[in-house]
Parts: sequence; C-alpha cells; structure tokens
Amino acid sequence: MSSLSASSEPQPTEHQSTEHQPTERRPARRRRDGFVPEPDRTDLAVRVTNLSVTYKTTFEKRPTLKQAVIRLGRGTRSVRRVEAIKNLSFEVRKGTTLGVIGANGAGKSTLLRTLAGILPPTEGHVETWGHASTMLALGVGFNNALTGRENIVLGGLASGLSKHEVQERADEIGRWAEEGSNSFIDRPMRTYSSGQAVRVGFSVGIHMQPDILMVDEALSTGDAGFRTRAAKALEELRQQSQAMFFVSHGMDSVRELCDDCIWLHQGELMMRGEPDEVISEYMQFCGLDEGSNSEEM
Amino acid sequence: MTTRQGSPVYHHFGPHHNGLPPLRKYFTELWQRREFAFELSRSNMRSSDSDTFFGQLWLVLNPILMAGVYFLLVNILTNRGRNDPQYFLHLTTNLFVFTFITTCANLGATSVTTAGKLILNTAFPRLLIPLGAVHTAFFRFLPTLIVTVILLIVTPGIGWSVSMLVAVVFLLFMLAFGAGLAAFFATAQVYFRDTNNFLPFLTRIWMYLSPVLWTVQDVSDHALSEWAVLNPAYAMLGGYSEALLEGRIPEPTLWWVAGAWSIGTLLIGSLFFMSREREFAVRIF
Repeated sequence: MSSLSASSEPQPTEHQSTEHQPTERRPARRRRDGFVPEPDRTDLAVRVTNLSVTYKTTFEKRPTLKQAVIRLGRGTRSVRRVEAIKNLSFEVRKGTTLGVIGANGAGKSTLLRTLAGILPPTEGHVETWGHASTMLALGVGFNNALTGRENIVLGGLASGLSKHEVQERADEIGRWAEEGSNSFIDRPMRTYSSGQAVRVGFSVGIHMQPDILMVDEALSTGDAGFRTRAAKALEELRQQSQAMFFVSHGMDSVRELCDDCIWLHQGELMMRGEPDEVISEYMQFCGLDEGSNSEEM
Repeated sequence: MTTRQGSPVYHHFGPHHNGLPPLRKYFTELWQRREFAFELSRSNMRSSDSDTFFGQLWLVLNPILMAGVYFLLVNILTNRGRNDPQYFLHLTTNLFVFTFITTCANLGATSVTTAGKLILNTAFPRLLIPLGAVHTAFFRFLPTLIVTVILLIVTPGIGWSVSMLVAVVFLLFMLAFGAGLAAFFATAQVYFRDTNNFLPFLTRIWMYLSPVLWTVQDVSDHALSEWAVLNPAYAMLGGYSEALLEGRIPEPTLWWVAGAWSIGTLLIGSLFFMSREREFAVRIF
C-alpha cells in the first residue's frame, strides 16, 4: 500500500502554530512555513499560495489484493505518482470571472477540487473568502438506485445544508431541472439520460447559492432550450457571487464570459491575463492559427 | 480553518500534518453534518426495501433460519441441544449480535467505493459514509433484538433482573467496535476492491472461534481457553450473553477486555480511514 504523500513533509497544523505564537490575534498568525492567513481581507475571493497537489494513483481500474500478490511475485508496481499542480500561486479579486484553459490533464479539475476543499493541498495554501461549490461535468448522482430527488437531498446534506434547507430547495431544484421536459426527478437515476443527469447536476449547482461558483464544462451537453436557460442562470449567478471559475475547452465561451484568464499546462501556470491574449498564446502553443475553429479546443 | 466573519465565510486549506486533517475542525463538521449519515442510511434501506413490511420480515426470518441451520448442525454432530432449551437461546442471541458486528464490516467495506461521485464532487468528512453503514447495520439488527426478547420470555428457566441492562453497555461496545471495523474495511476496499470477497471467509472462521455455537463454559477446561480471551468477540459476546441470559454482572476482566477492544478498534479504524481519505477522491473513479 502506498504511503500518503502529504505525510512526507511535516507541516505545521492549526494546533502547532497556536503553541508557537499563542498570544497574537488569530487571523494574523504566521505559519511555520512563513504563510500568513488573512481572513480579514475584503478585496480577494480566492488566494492560492505556492500550491502543489501530488497524489498517488493506480493504473488498474479495479485494484485487487489478488493482483497485488501477483505483482509482488513479479516485482512490479502499478502505483503512479501524479504531480497534478506544481507550485501554483495566484490571486482572484472579487467580481472576477476567471477562465481556466489548458489541455487535458493540465490540472484544471484538480485545481477546482482543491479550491472546493475536496482534495487538500500537498504543499502550499488555499484561501477562499466565501463558500466554494463545484459544478462539475460529472453531475451529482452517486447512487443510481436512488431517485434524483434523494440524490439532491443527500448532496445538499453532505455539503452542509440543514435538513430544513435541503427539503426547501429540493423541490426548487427539481422544478428547474425538469422545466421544458418530462418529469423525471422522482425516477431512479439509473433511468436517466445523460442530458437529464446534467440538468440535475447543473440545477443543484446554481441552487446551492455558492459565493464562489466553479463551472467545469457544464454547458457542453443538454438541448438548446436548456443551454439558453443555463447561460441565463449563470449570468444571474455571476452578478450575485463573489467570483466565478469557468473551466472550458470552448474558447468562444471563455472569451464571452470571462474577464480574466489563466492557462495551465502540466500543472504549471503558463500565462495569466486578458482572455483574448491568453487564448491566442494558447492557440499558438497548440499549433493552431487564430482563424481556425476555436469553439471546441 | 473556518471562521464566520459576517459573510462571506473564510476557508483556509493547508497541507495535512502527518496525513491527518485538523481534528477539531473535522469532528465539528462531522457532527454538523450527521444528518447526512442518517439520510444516506435511510435512502439505502429504502432502495433495498428494508423499510417495507416484508423487507423487515426478511431481516427477522433470515437470522432465525440461520440459527435453525446451526442448531440442526450442532444437534447432528453432538447431542447438546436436545434437552437444553437454553442452548437455542444462547445460539440465537449470540448469532444475532455477531451478525450485527459482521454486517457493520460488510456494509462498511463497500460504503465508500459505492459513494463515487459524491466523494469526487463534495467536500465533507468522509467518515460519515462508514458511519451511515453502521446506522444501517444497527437498524437491521433491531428486529432481531425483538426476537431475542420474545425468546427470553418463552424460554423456561430465565429469571428477569435489573443486571440484564448491563447487556446494553456491551451492545455499545459492539457498536463502537463495529464502527471501527466499518471504517477500517471501507479504507481497505478502496485499495483492494476484492476485500469484500474475502470478508465472508474471515467472518465465518471468526464465528467458529467465538462463543456463538459453543459457550464459554464448554471450553473452560480446554487447553486453548486462555487464547480465546484474545478474541475480541469472546469478551463482547461473553459479557453480553452473561448479562442478558443469566442476569449476572460480568467479571471486571470481561469489561476491560471488551472496552479496550472496542475503543481501540474504533480509534485505529477511524484514524486509518482519516489518514487515507485524502486519497479517496483520486482513487475512486
């Protein structure tokens, strides 16, 4: 069994740093690695400081003890170390819509997961001034035997809503997801088409009222009516939320929606700036001209 | 560190120390989101029809039939059950609680690997998932507890006393022990997806080593009886059935051994789980 990569470098925890500097005001406490959390700042939505995310994963789809024993006999290993994000630092001011572009495997989804607290950093620090919620292409449904509504309730409870809030929102989420379509919310998720699953996932995302919204290619599926409604809902949310992260391979959507852009390549920050400039650099890097079809990159 | 500064909420995510998340924050969130574990368990029971009448009936029938099979088996191999109605009571009582413990392990093992997308997309203390499995296991155990009480009433020669309530303490020990097992095997299942295929063999062997088919008195003069104390089920089942069936308060050794096993397993299981849960999001797909 592989050892956890986070344990290789001892880092100060909350408790330890309290012991070292017990009298100071809590927010201004300096960490042992020189990092100072700043909860009182009001201009930023997200700050990422020297973030590295490394994890170990396996080649096997379904790792088994049987295979492990066989491999032990052969003396091979299937564990692979992935450096998803390498020493990344950036700040996002409030009111920004940040486009995140890059090739497959550039670390875009890992970055969003880290910002949402799903994948803790291996090194470095992530601060968010506001609750971040992911709206990933994968959707919400996790137990296909349960109905869409049950999955919504479970997802809401897991992300910290109270039972009362969840029940209130489940109806709203279901109604939004079903609009302009047959009713499907009370059917088991295994009967859903991929478009219906995306509708539910998107609806959950916009009704969780996150301060920091993270959209991961959520608009690429769904029928025309849904896409229009989704774009409208996103625009409304963008007005209300502190910041929005928009991960997409659709360069036109990035140009249209975002006012700031970062380009990741193999876990490293290649460029940051105006969407138009970053996109044209990225297109050149990929060996494509400005004029070619930039919608699905 | 989450501190509420009016609105919005400030979050800070730093590297984990020794692979463990900041514990105070972790358990605060665990407690705040406990409703998730209950709802997860209830939804799973609903989808497996455990909450319908016949579903409930099956939860009672299944262990009774199992007890019947073992009773027959023991009667064919030996003749100990023939003129001893209390033996059947001993067998069912211990089989029911033993099944509770192994159900914790079995349901716990598959709980995390089947929670796929929720783990990929939502940040929450993962320990809630195996705890939900323990909740399900307990609700599957409850109907059999009623059967135990009915058998206590109909079996001749059972005296009622207040010290029977001591069995509740031993049941709590088993609950903590089961939670530890659930967390441990949930983690193991993430790395070795065939863990739940090995579990039935382990639990079967463990059952034969535990005072389910045999009683503590049976082995008291056996050479291996000193070793039997090392079996966690020996102290927990022994204390439970001694209090419940004989109305006696178990000797202090049983308390210490059962308590140590349950707390120890709970600590080791959940710490192992928490030290590994960071990886779950990249190991499950």
